[in-house]
Amino acid sequence: MAQVELKQVRKTYPNGAEAIFGVDMHIDSGELIVFVGPSGCGKSTLLRMVAGLESVTSGEILIGDKVINNVSPSERDVAMVFQNYALYPHMSVRGNMSYGLKNRKMPADEIERRITDAARMLKIDQFLDRQPNQLSGGQRQRVAMGRAIVRNPQVFLFDEPLSNLDAKLRVQMRIEIKKLQRRMNVTSIYVTHDQTEAMTLADRLAVINEGRVEQMGVPMELYANPRTLFVASFIGAPQINLIPVRFDGTSLTNGTLKLAGFSDLPTGVDLMLGIRPDVLSIAPEGQLELNVDLVEQHGGENLIYGALLGTKNAAGDAQEICLKGPQSLLPATDDKLRLAFDPAAAFVFRTDTGERLK
Amino acid sequence: MKRVQFEHSAIPYLFIAPQIIIISIFFLWPSAQAIYQSFLLEDAFGLSSQFVWFKNYTDTIFSNAWLQAAGFTLIFSSLVTFLSLALALLLAVKANEVIHGASTYKTLLMWAYAIAPPVAGLMGNLMFNPIIGDLYNFMNLFGFDFDHKLDPVDAGFVVVLISVWKQVSINFIFFLAGLQGIPKSVQEAAKMDCNSSTRRFWTITFPLLAPTTFFLMVINITYAFFETFGIIDTTTQGAPGGATNTLVYKVYQDGFRGADIGGSSAQSVVLMILVLALTVIQFRYIEKKVHY
Amino acid sequence: MERPSYSTHLILIIGALFMTLPVWVAFATSTHAPETILREGLQFWPGPHLLETYNEVLFVEGGVMKQVTGMTMLKNSMILGIGFALGKVVISMLAAYAIVYFRFRLGVPLFWVIFTTLLLPLEVRIIPSYEVVANMGLLDTHTGLIVPLIASATGTFFFRQFFKSVPDELLEAARLDGATAWGFFQDILVPLSRTMIAAILIIMFVVGWNQYLWPLIMTTKEENYTLVIGIKQIYQVLNEGGELPQFQKAFALTILATLPPVLVVLIFQRWFVKGLVESEK
Repeated sequence: MAQVELKQVRKTYPNGAEAIFGVDMHIDSGELIVFVGPSGCGKSTLLRMVAGLESVTSGEILIGDKVINNVSPSERDVAMVFQNYALYPHMSVRGNMSYGLKNRKMPADEIERRITDAARMLKIDQFLDRQPNQLSGGQRQRVAMGRAIVRNPQVFLFDEPLSNLDAKLRVQMRIEIKKLQRRMNVTSIYVTHDQTEAMTLADRLAVINEGRVEQMGVPMELYANPRTLFVASFIGAPQINLIPVRFDGTSLTNGTLKLAGFSDLPTGVDLMLGIRPDVLSIAPEGQLELNVDLVEQHGGENLIYGALLGTKNAAGDAQEICLKGPQSLLPATDDKLRLAFDPAAAFVFRTDTGERLK
Repeated sequence: MKRVQFEHSAIPYLFIAPQIIIISIFFLWPSAQAIYQSFLLEDAFGLSSQFVWFKNYTDTIFSNAWLQAAGFTLIFSSLVTFLSLALALLLAVKANEVIHGASTYKTLLMWAYAIAPPVAGLMGNLMFNPIIGDLYNFMNLFGFDFDHKLDPVDAGFVVVLISVWKQVSINFIFFLAGLQGIPKSVQEAAKMDCNSSTRRFWTITFPLLAPTTFFLMVINITYAFFETFGIIDTTTQGAPGGATNTLVYKVYQDGFRGADIGGSSAQSVVLMILVLALTVIQFRYIEKKVHY
Repeated sequence: MERPSYSTHLILIIGALFMTLPVWVAFATSTHAPETILREGLQFWPGPHLLETYNEVLFVEGGVMKQVTGMTMLKNSMILGIGFALGKVVISMLAAYAIVYFRFRLGVPLFWVIFTTLLLPLEVRIIPSYEVVANMGLLDTHTGLIVPLIASATGTFFFRQFFKSVPDELLEAARLDGATAWGFFQDILVPLSRTMIAAILIIMFVVGWNQYLWPLIMTTKEENYTLVIGIKQIYQVLNEGGELPQFQKAFALTILATLPPVLVVLIFQRWFVKGLVESEK
């Protein structure tokens, strides 16, 4: 177990493309950190830099107290679970798990002991002599985990390990990974683009966008208190409603819409009002009027989508928003609903910088 | 290239060395020699030689014999390429349609790939043998007055026939693989949009086969240029009167039989340039244009 | 799918006959007595002289100098086919590994050097190549026969293509598992390429067996003839000699020269087709 420290880590490719712009981060021993962000944001690059599969252009990466920038991947004492599992297709499950240990000249009985333990823990003991192509997707995933576990590393690295599984299995494996990580108490970095996976797994979450860490913190903190427009829109499902507005000194306006209850905001700049779908509620006297387009019944709750009357977005149409309601709420298409929200629970961002003002 | 590579100073050189050494000795050096010799004129006994600039080139290339060989090569390659591709495509399309006996047909149509061109040539030669050859008699049955030993057109016919026969199987293999590579969903979509199977073939299937067709065209032209050497050497040997000399066969005849090293080398160099052109075209088009 | 029509089968049957009939006739004719062939021409049904003809062709010395048997030529062809295939696979795998998996200063230039061999078919450099081998004293040797043939780029390109299709993550996983450059090659890449290696071996065996021009100029002694070049010489003798032309022997030799590569292709058809088609990409 070890802590991981990133100090002003940068990555510039030989062709001049910049991938990571100075990341600082401290990961505590035993903590599970999730890097989340859209594809191409640099989260995988950052992980691969920790693994040693990508070089570090400048800055330092420490595992424990040791700078490992120039240590070869196999000597960093890290283990990685790859997105496509990267199992050696011609080796049995046992062969896959033992390959790294054999390269380390570990005695055979110790290798056997570790494989037996890991296999029992992952419930793959009956598959040890099979080839990867005889296994299902979920079983391969377990083997990939097993290969990492037998190494008994200081740090686990997961590169979107569940994205090749179907939805049901993904949820199940997500829970298992979390339990396993708790039990083994190994520092872990987990990369995903799926915000639900990120929210449910993480001790702490790092939202990455265009090579920078936008915000880092415990999941609920990021949900309740996003620092930027990007974090607010990335975290939370269904997505936060964003309404383009301007501030006229007393209220936020868009078309005929006027929302009071806001103050201390700049005038004359484009702003974005962010309201989470669960903050909206039905109220006859509400400030917002919704023209219902569609109702999605999710079982426990309903999501109601519609256009906000009186508003115009950048494309010139009325702004679409979403409302979360109880299963009894079942309006028909083109019904009009009046909605209210607590201004204190809404966010206001600057559109140009994404900075949160309130 | 791989995203992650090994960075070692010596090891890659060790891995690549065997091939590079062999190439240097047996490819680069002789080729340089060929270019060098193409500028030399040797005396009749090969004892002394003198540097004559482009004389060998002008002498050989503007000679009637070379022009005749060039003309024959052009007609020969076009015929062999076109006929073997057309025949193979027809068979591949049909073989792709059948369900019963598909693998038997496939095996019977592809196995001739394993036969060496000179062996095919010899077999053909025996079939056309005036004493025992039924094909010879068959041709004359219709009053063609067929004699491939004397008539240039008849000789050309024999060489083309054998060359096409030998090449159909490899084209068939590639066309069949190409046809099977067209997604089933695309074919089904086409079936719903267009009722005529002929029209479907020319508007959907054939364009989708374009990469394969182009690749095979290059392969076939190369084959007709170079590999048919064995067929010509075992059938007509360029006869009658050089009418079935391809450019490559002439290089061999002038160099080995005629001992005209300079002239033969000059012809080699011209051929190298032709291959170069072919390769450039191949890479340009195959890599860029005809890919989906 | 609708039922294919009778015309489809008819076309395929004609095609199959076109491809097989000549070889069948060659075989059938080879089992007849020379007098029969001379009198009646080519034969469609097998005759009574199968063992006699093949026994004579395989074990009795023939050729201009009467120094070579079919067995000897068969052996020489085997050596050429197998030696060529093995040498080609080993050399080109190593080179392709260096090109794909290493970043080194001369990597790109050396790749182009290998590439140029595609521009230099043997036929265009035949005389200087002969001189080089003759000067090295390698005429009539297996080395001189095989080595100059194995260096061309086709095999290297094939393996390069295949290695590029191997997922990057395997190398990354192996590096995390502490594999060295040689370890990765030996433990992961070679076992992973087994099918491909088999396919290439089959294709190259056929290509090597069928070599014509190079063995023709390289071998001066009859005992070094391969079947493919031997049959031509023998055929000429048969035709020119004053005695009864031994057509059955010529046919028998063409069948002998055809049989081994055809068998290899038929037995390993699946691998062979896969390898051939992969090389296109």
